[in-house]
Amino acid sequence: MRFVDEYRDPAAARLLVAAITELAAEDHFKFMEVCGGHTHTIYRHGIERILPPSVELVHGPGCPVCVIPMGRIDDAIAVAETPGVIFTSFGDMMRVPGSSGNLLSAKARGADVRFVYSPLDALRVAVENPRRQVVFFAVGFETTAPSTAVTLLRARDDAVTNFTVFSNHVTIVPPIKAILESPGMRLDGFLGPGHVSTVVGQRPYRFVPEVYGKPLVTAGFEPLDVVQAIAMLLTQLREGRCEVENQYTRCVTEDGNPRALEVLARVFELRPHFEWRGLGFISQSALQLRPEFADWDAELRFAVPGVRVADPKACQCGEVLKGVIKPWQCKVFGTACTPETPIGTCMVSSEGACAAYYNFGRLHGEVAVQAGTRT
Amino acid sequence: MCLGIPGEVVAVVDAERHLAKVDVAGVRRNVDVGLLDGAVAPGDWVLIHVGFAMARIDEGEARRALESLEAMGAAYAEEVEALRSSGAP
Repeated sequence: MRFVDEYRDPAAARLLVAAITELAAEDHFKFMEVCGGHTHTIYRHGIERILPPSVELVHGPGCPVCVIPMGRIDDAIAVAETPGVIFTSFGDMMRVPGSSGNLLSAKARGADVRFVYSPLDALRVAVENPRRQVVFFAVGFETTAPSTAVTLLRARDDAVTNFTVFSNHVTIVPPIKAILESPGMRLDGFLGPGHVSTVVGQRPYRFVPEVYGKPLVTAGFEPLDVVQAIAMLLTQLREGRCEVENQYTRCVTEDGNPRALEVLARVFELRPHFEWRGLGFISQSALQLRPEFADWDAELRFAVPGVRVADPKACQCGEVLKGVIKPWQCKVFGTACTPETPIGTCMVSSEGACAAYYNFGRLHGEVAVQAGTRT
Repeated sequence: MCLGIPGEVVAVVDAERHLAKVDVAGVRRNVDVGLLDGAVAPGDWVLIHVGFAMARIDEGEARRALESLEAMGAAYAEEVEALRSSGAP
């Protein structure tokens, strides 16, 4: 481990942890980090080990791969296996299990499934293969949805008619609301997502303090960012404040990226309902193409089964995503379910809580000691 | 995917189509910069998601972010490999 600058400075970390310990001395606090990137930082740097036991972190649903329900993977496979289709997808989605196999096994059975880095690459495949139907499997929060929107605008402008998008884009605010309303969920505040907030800004989170009376602090991805944001949450609670604050001012602004938000609104509209793995159906939580883009909508062009599939019984991704259990408390964690042979989505993506814990969790103690913050 | 990767603009390729050549951890590829406010110039640092620059960042933040990403190991390697193998012009 190298601590190259002020964002990993062990002395600064010690000071912050001391402040947190004092602020959290008289009560137990439970904060949720919404974003999978934060989950990764927390495990990677052993942050839970340096915090006092009175501060508990709950890992939230902010990993776009983890929240896609099985039925949508089955839909993707059905479209991919339609004769004449070239099905394009981000690499992360290839190993996510459907009810029988994943996109890689569909490819092995003969489907033309291709991995792309960007939706623009998928559009290029369509231009290069005018006689084939090219479908892009669109997933992600507001970090990736504007890119899909720009790609659709370009497809329309260039009259590329053999290109469609299977939209599974989701939005960040509804799951936060769903968690706040879920029975038995007692949280004292949120670490707001970092990169998503570069797009959506800070405004959409105001309902968290205003309606639910919980503070939210948007945080960066360095270990000290996360620790500092926790100190900011505790300071708010100590001072009786309840606000949206921004720890990550070097990347996130109040208004986000207005151009990205504008193209999103031009191309997408909210779906009435969308199923989230572990959280169930959440109304107005996902994006579908506006009627003007119906010609580029894979769900209208192809027969999509749309069958709801229950998660495998053994898998407890739902409880992990809601923060009810920790990854290692799942019955199949690290035994039947590993990053090589994932049963649940949380083990597939590197931003998933289970994969992050599997890869780094066992290093907790060691890393924390190296950081000099727990001696 | 959801993880932004910082890159440094090395050239403006096509101002009309908002394309810039960006160096991401030694890999150079065209990135769409049309969602940023204003034009980019060589030397600017941007945060890239799936081939699109979504935010401007300062160089210090960019270098820190790259180091944390490198520390992520496999996830980062996959993202850079995805970028490299995407075969974009």
